[in-house]
Amino acid sequence: MSEESHPLENFLREGMIPHIWCEGCGNGIILNCFVRALNELNADINKVVVVSGIGCIGRLSGYTNTDSYHTTHGRAIAFATGVKLANPELKVVVISGDGDLFAIGGNHFIHAARRNMDIQVICANNFNYGMTGGQYGPTTPLEAWTTTTPYGNIEHSFNLVHLAAASGAVYVARWTSLHVRRMIESIKKALKKEGFSFIEVISPCPEIYGRRNKMPTGIDMMNWFKKASEIQNYSDPAKAEISPEKIVVGEFVDIEKLTYGHLVREMTSKVQKRMKEG
Amino acid sequence: MAEEDRSVLTGKHFMQGDIACAEGAIATGCRFFAGYPITPATEISERMARRMPEVGGVYIQMEDELGSMAAVIGASYAGVKSMTATSGPGFSLMQENIGLAAMTETPCVIVNVMRGGPSTGQPTKPGQQDVMQAKWGSHGDYEIIALAPSSVQEMFDLTIEAFNLSEVYRNPVIVLADEIVGHMWERVVIPEKSEIKVVNRKKPRKPPDKYAPFAPEEDLVPPMACFGEGYRFYATGLTHDETGHPQTDSAEAQQRLIQRLCDKIRKNTEKIVKVRETMLEDAEVAVVAYGIPSRSALSAIRKGRKEGIKAGLLRLITLWPFPDKQVSQLAKQVHAIVVPEMNYGQVVREVERAAKETPVIFLPKLGEEPHKPTEILEAIRSACG
Repeated sequence: MSEESHPLENFLREGMIPHIWCEGCGNGIILNCFVRALNELNADINKVVVVSGIGCIGRLSGYTNTDSYHTTHGRAIAFATGVKLANPELKVVVISGDGDLFAIGGNHFIHAARRNMDIQVICANNFNYGMTGGQYGPTTPLEAWTTTTPYGNIEHSFNLVHLAAASGAVYVARWTSLHVRRMIESIKKALKKEGFSFIEVISPCPEIYGRRNKMPTGIDMMNWFKKASEIQNYSDPAKAEISPEKIVVGEFVDIEKLTYGHLVREMTSKVQKRMKEG
Repeated sequence: MAEEDRSVLTGKHFMQGDIACAEGAIATGCRFFAGYPITPATEISERMARRMPEVGGVYIQMEDELGSMAAVIGASYAGVKSMTATSGPGFSLMQENIGLAAMTETPCVIVNVMRGGPSTGQPTKPGQQDVMQAKWGSHGDYEIIALAPSSVQEMFDLTIEAFNLSEVYRNPVIVLADEIVGHMWERVVIPEKSEIKVVNRKKPRKPPDKYAPFAPEEDLVPPMACFGEGYRFYATGLTHDETGHPQTDSAEAQQRLIQRLCDKIRKNTEKIVKVRETMLEDAEVAVVAYGIPSRSALSAIRKGRKEGIKAGLLRLITLWPFPDKQVSQLAKQVHAIVVPEMNYGQVVREVERAAKETPVIFLPKLGEEPHKPTEILEAIRSACG
């Protein structure tokens, strides 16, 4: 009998595992849910490209056994835009962190959403910069403790699902690492959808963020998600709060809108038809 | 195919430099352009916006130059020849991703139509102030190829050359034009499609399970698979081994990768470098110039010859890798070298280094106009005196 293999083995890149993530980190859950979604969709992995930026979850693109690219900090969406436009047959997925996508890369996010670029974006939101040792970022809650907010955070944070919806994304959802079944369904939905989709995953970072904010273990952070999460599908994303008491999760947007890919193909065929007719 | 018929506009044209650059790109198979408007390179974007749909390519105006450069790398990895065009401020913003392109060995072309800097400087005026930035602009050690057109015809020809070099060496290649060359109108001859030399990147000859994306062949260049071709490889800006896997702790991996990235250009310098020699056979004084001042220099040496001065011109077409050999040979022959450039001292430093003991007279020019032939002639005369 041959050695038993993991059912998702084909989706993981040999030689890159074990991963670099800390104990209690939620990034592995996102990787797991993502490859399960690919598996359940029976996706052709030769036609999937995973792009990531810099940060802990930036390493994820190395772990998927797809074509994958680890870009500079903040530029994953811009890189993915080039890939998708050059070869529309490819399913291009950006998986990156809150600092990468919304601080240094925020401009690319809002513009790709505005264009309804045909890419899927999954953001691991762990409320801080984990890779560099826990500095505050654009999603750090007010008053939270990080290494660069030694007196508590005095900046307001982004509501990512509201930002995505307002910028023009056609599919927007938020889950926590606890909601694995719903996360997989959401990723499948996003992968099947044309246009710009966005899934925020609230992800535990006990080692770097949690222990400074009275949640020193992965279990502590998961308990917060469990206690505070409230599913409010299709509620107003502007009101989708994240607080110690309440984390509003669910699908917020699922609409149809002409995609960039569609519009560029339509324009190209119009121009070429006009040329043929002289 | 109708789209192919429109890809090479064979014939004689009266054309602007920026437009000729775009046409050179299209003629060599560029089918993706990402850019951000900036004077004096905007006309390249405008031409590409009009022409890309005609030839089945894609033009996208990105939100900034950081995104433009990232999109260009993405498109190249997806298998499409790609380029961007910009000027000083945008070129500065592209530098980090030019480093990424060098690190992940991405064939792509960046056109910088140079204006006066630093900072916002003089957007509508010419400059040659980004020569050193082209070489050293991104952090870390890497090598770049940069070409300097001095006519509208060369905006066409050297853009083709830039694409070919980028495909051969899997390296970003920079076309360093200036505002005058970019904006002026001249006669351009676009040859038949069959006469245009087009080089494409080497493809892997190994099956996907044996393919190592950064394993070089004898020429130090690895064959390149593209996304979607079934090779399922990983590329990263982190230091990596031949399989593409990150090697962030190994000194050996760092040394091996960086040496190869540099050597694949350095060891091929002789193949890459192009210069144009005019009246150098018996020259006692030489002008070394590139881009628009080289045209004033040509006029100056002709005037000098009429006065009986044995003057000649070495025009640098390739700026990086620097034509060390050509300049040092010239230095052994002449009494002095005159270097006119539209900056406060960039290529002159390289000339001084290569010329060793031979005196070098530097003619800086900052602002609206290139050097007058008489100014260069004056320097030639003083070198004889």
